Amino acid sequence: MEFVSPEGLRLDGRRPTEMRQLRAEIGVVSKADGSAMFEMGNTKVIAAVYGPREVQNKGQQINNDRALVRCEYSMANFSTGDRVRKPKGDRRSIEISLVIRQTMEACIMTHLMPRSQIDIFVQVLQADGGTRSACINAATLAVADAGIPMCDLVTSCSAGYLNSTPLLDLNYIEDSAGGADVTVGILPTLDKVTLLQMDAKLPTNIFEDVMQLATEGCKAIANYIREVNPVILIAVYIWPSLKIF
Amino acid sequence: MLKSNVFSKKTRNNKIKKEVREVYLRDDICCGVSSCTTCDSAAASSTAGLTASTILVVDTNVVLHQIDLLENPAIDDVVVLSVVLDEVKNKNLSVYNRIRALCSNSLRKFYVFANKFHKDTHVEKMEKESPNDLNDRAIRVATQWYQKHLGGATRVLLVTNDRENKRKATEEGILAETIESYVKSLEQPDLLDLVVQPSSVDVNMEDIEDSRPSKRKIIYAEHKPMSEITSGLRHGIYHQGKLRVNRYNPFEAYVGSESIGDEIIIYGRTNMNRAFDGDIVAVELLPQEQWHEEKSLSIADEEEEEEVVQLAPSSADDAPRSTTPVNAADQIPVPSRPSGRVVGIIKRNWHSYCGSLEPMPMPAGSGSIAYALFVSKDRRIPKIRIQTRQLGNLLNKRIVVTVDSWDRQSRYPFGHYVRVIGDIGDRDTESEMVLIENDIDARPFTAQVLACLPPLPWSVSTEDLANPIRLDLRKIRVFSVDPPGCKDIDDALHCTALPNGNYEVGVHIADVTNFVHPGSPLDDEASKRGTSVYLVERRIDMLPKPLTEDICSLRADVERLAFSVIWEMTPEAEIISTRFSKSVIKSCAALSYVEAQARMDDRYFLLVIATLCVFSLIIAVIYLHLYNKSNSLWSVSLFSSCSLHFYYVALLFFLAIYIENCMSISYKIKTGSFQLCGCFCSRLMDPLTTDLRNMNSLAKVMRQRRIERGALTLASAEVKFQIDTETHDPLDIGMYQIREANQMVEEFMLAANVSVAAQILKKFPVCSLLRRHPSPTREMLEPLLLTAAAVGINLDVSSSKALADSLDRAVGDDPYFNKLIRILATRCMTQAVYFCSGDLSPPEFHHYGLAAPLYTHFTSPIRRYADVFVHRLLAASLGIFQLPTIFQDRPQLTSVADNLNYRHRNAQMASRASVELHTLIYFRKRPTDTEARIVKIRSNGFIVFVPKFGIEGPVYLTSKGQKGGGEWYVDEQQQKIIKMDSSLSYSVLQTLRIHMEVVEPQPNRPKLQLTLI
Repeated sequence: MEFVSPEGLRLDGRRPTEMRQLRAEIGVVSKADGSAMFEMGNTKVIAAVYGPREVQNKGQQINNDRALVRCEYSMANFSTGDRVRKPKGDRRSIEISLVIRQTMEACIMTHLMPRSQIDIFVQVLQADGGTRSACINAATLAVADAGIPMCDLVTSCSAGYLNSTPLLDLNYIEDSAGGADVTVGILPTLDKVTLLQMDAKLPTNIFEDVMQLATEGCKAIANYIREVNPVILIAVYIWPSLKIF
Repeated sequence: MLKSNVFSKKTRNNKIKKEVREVYLRDDICCGVSSCTTCDSAAASSTAGLTASTILVVDTNVVLHQIDLLENPAIDDVVVLSVVLDEVKNKNLSVYNRIRALCSNSLRKFYVFANKFHKDTHVEKMEKESPNDLNDRAIRVATQWYQKHLGGATRVLLVTNDRENKRKATEEGILAETIESYVKSLEQPDLLDLVVQPSSVDVNMEDIEDSRPSKRKIIYAEHKPMSEITSGLRHGIYHQGKLRVNRYNPFEAYVGSESIGDEIIIYGRTNMNRAFDGDIVAVELLPQEQWHEEKSLSIADEEEEEEVVQLAPSSADDAPRSTTPVNAADQIPVPSRPSGRVVGIIKRNWHSYCGSLEPMPMPAGSGSIAYALFVSKDRRIPKIRIQTRQLGNLLNKRIVVTVDSWDRQSRYPFGHYVRVIGDIGDRDTESEMVLIENDIDARPFTAQVLACLPPLPWSVSTEDLANPIRLDLRKIRVFSVDPPGCKDIDDALHCTALPNGNYEVGVHIADVTNFVHPGSPLDDEASKRGTSVYLVERRIDMLPKPLTEDICSLRADVERLAFSVIWEMTPEAEIISTRFSKSVIKSCAALSYVEAQARMDDRYFLLVIATLCVFSLIIAVIYLHLYNKSNSLWSVSLFSSCSLHFYYVALLFFLAIYIENCMSISYKIKTGSFQLCGCFCSRLMDPLTTDLRNMNSLAKVMRQRRIERGALTLASAEVKFQIDTETHDPLDIGMYQIREANQMVEEFMLAANVSVAAQILKKFPVCSLLRRHPSPTREMLEPLLLTAAAVGINLDVSSSKALADSLDRAVGDDPYFNKLIRILATRCMTQAVYFCSGDLSPPEFHHYGLAAPLYTHFTSPIRRYADVFVHRLLAASLGIFQLPTIFQDRPQLTSVADNLNYRHRNAQMASRASVELHTLIYFRKRPTDTEARIVKIRSNGFIVFVPKFGIEGPVYLTSKGQKGGGEWYVDEQQQKIIKMDSSLSYSVLQTLRIHMEVVEPQPNRPKLQLTLI
């Protein structure tokens, strides 16, 4: 199938290196300590953060001088077109929960909050490819909204390789085409990679191009987040300076 | 950059599902007109800018039906909208590919405007609007935008044949014309022939046919509607499959059906119901009692069709299909295959066909419209009715015609003329036909392709030599053995004795992948061509000439890059170790098969003896002369004057031997240390000859082992032409002789291929390109068994080994008998095919003919693309290069393998057709009497095979008028045709003498006729 026309346009009219439209909103769940909604095109994700609070189940606490980060990912039954009941705790959800937890742990300053617990709940409201990235972006925003100290924002974006062209931010049709799908998460100001996943195989030189493209996408998302929600700026820029003191 | 969402509903396995797709509307799509100032000129200059004052916007139906017209260079400055492209793609992929090719052709001004994504031309679906109307509206909106965008300076013309669309366009103030009126306005009458007549003109057509009332009636049954077909298929009433028409009898077709697990035979055009060869059809089975009687009907039906003389087929794929015996109806009922009739066509396989018009008288007024019948060269295609204004021009020409429609009332389908190839009977035209028919691209390479070549003159660079992956083998005595006059030498060999008594044997293959990089235009072109095509008078290269004949060719005395397979072998030809490496070699001799053979034989010994005799005789003669003059006493007693003559004769005789040997062998030797003084030993002992002898003995062992494993020694009747260098007419024709040297080279190539296959499969179990040869089924071997049984030979076909053994035992009273049986056996087999190892399971990888579990093609990368592919795999398996991305895409890999098989097959068909053509030209001036063998018995004659010329054709015992006159009857068991009064009989494999002559039953249509003497 032709995913990029000879004129250089994708199925939805984007060029290969263009992202879908982004939209973010914080404070969408008033009961939670921090919450955010994040949209990438038709992919819509909501995240809520509770904490830092006392560890509920002491058995889970492994490290006494660090905060415990927990994450739960789920997909709403109505998130895809056909209303199939999504069983909770299937392998895919567990894997994505783990991915989000590890990514968030890397940027939350857990050592500042010993003996406490942070719960992150992420739910996909509408799925159209790139849910993993959208979840991480939403979680970052929600954590920032909760005022939890982070060393940097984490932003994530995916890129793929179809019709011998690297494509940024795959939608569902492109995602299900069976080509490689690279998800990258970075700390944009520190310029560090915290997440890198790929299914399928790519030759190394092409992989580098695709990863580079995804990294650019991550940076663009970070810029957008800062531009749109100045509140975040406080969360991200104040806390690291606290660390110095 | 704007954005909006569209909502569309889509059904998938009968469920209604709502799909939400985003559409990003853009403002950076340029209009593609070079004079436009508002659009980004940088983007426009990269594509072919439209320049003319009139710009055409075509609608979907124009593209779908008038693609031949659009391909004509007279039509230019066309805007193709992306909605049109999408619709064309959904309806007809081949037209889509053609229009895409036009758009990407830099010489043509076709521009694709992505109107779907342009902010001003995007249209939203309105309430109760059908998709067709939506598309029409989108086209109108885009046309209007173009007119507004370009202002008054340029005329934007919407070309549509849809009346409603045209009316609406005019209402909206858009210029719109039908294709006919537009073409008429161009005032080029020959273009009008290319225009496909819309259905409204068909009414006009019927009036003309009215003069023949018989044609008015409905000839064919109606095709069932699609819904009925799908439900019928689901309930098992109908069977779906691809229709394949018998190459030898166009009134007989087969549909391979999966649901029934057998082939369904379809007899006669009525049952075929307007289906073409290659169409996907739905078939209904006929009641069982009709399975036989249909047969006789097919012979009586419609026009007279007859067998033609042609080249002997080389495999089951091009051999006539074995059907139920000719007169099965009046024999004991043989279990027959089911027969059926076509009820609907699921997918058409119409494309263009080449052939000529049926001779007909010129209509009164020239230049008026005439209707003519087109006869395709491909006998499987029915005659096609076309409409033309230039009948006089076309009558004696070979032309290309495309099919448009076939309605129930007409016996023949309607088509339209596409282009002229040339005069009938002209050799170039006929050769061109061969190429077109077999879909071979013989156009010169494009500039982009040639730009990929390294600069000439090319030589091995120091970087290549310094490259650690390249083994420096320039010191090793490498040589090549090829047919004489071969310019694309892609393999060379070496063989050195090791101190431990073993041999190091190397096969060096031209390193084509060093020059052909994956993804380059050169690579794309090569992969499209798939293989070089060898015609009698020319060669159509897969790679451009500098690569084929110079840079890659492993010629003598120059350094060349190679990919080497190096074995260590024991003298018993057991492989101890295998190495693969890129290398640099310097071939020391490019031998021909004859030269190599001469070196391996002891013809040098003869040469030495001849030399000695010449010398001694010269001395004797001089001596005699001296003594005769001096009138010595004992000269009378020893050498009489009479014996002087004898000495002269002997001298001349040995001198002749000496010269003959010198001419054929020695004067070409540059590197061998052959000198007269070294010749006094009995054998030529120069290192090259020793290498050849060693290799030959190894090859013999390998060959023996392979035969013991069950490899078949098959035979084919290959012929060789001697071509006049100036007129390109064939001068002589003869069988291709196979020497020991050929077999030796072949043996090492086989071994290299097998080694490489094992290596790449080990590293890449799912994405290797291998070659397999499926075992023939018993049914396929049935005709062979029948023939063999008739001459009293029992063949065991249980395995390839058993068959090989029984073929060895099948010796008759004359020497050619065994070869004939082998030729017949070869004909029963299918061809070997390329495949992707991930698509099949390992037991299916087996190569039946070679009795090898694994096989691939590695040794001819200059002329086969499969080898290029395998070279890349092998390089990747050694970790030298990265595996190109295509190997990760299994469907694409499979399609590459399919294309290679298709190209390979076409190349073979083209070679055969070319040989057939030249055979005809050869015999045109030379009626010949020759010996022939009967290979098949028919009810009114038999098919003979002429070994000397490798051709096969019918010999009629009864003349065509009194067909089946009952004078002769066929004994099926004995494979004999016997005269009623038992005075005469002919049996299969019998030798007889025939007369061959070219006759012209119709003007300009010569054919070869065989008659019994």
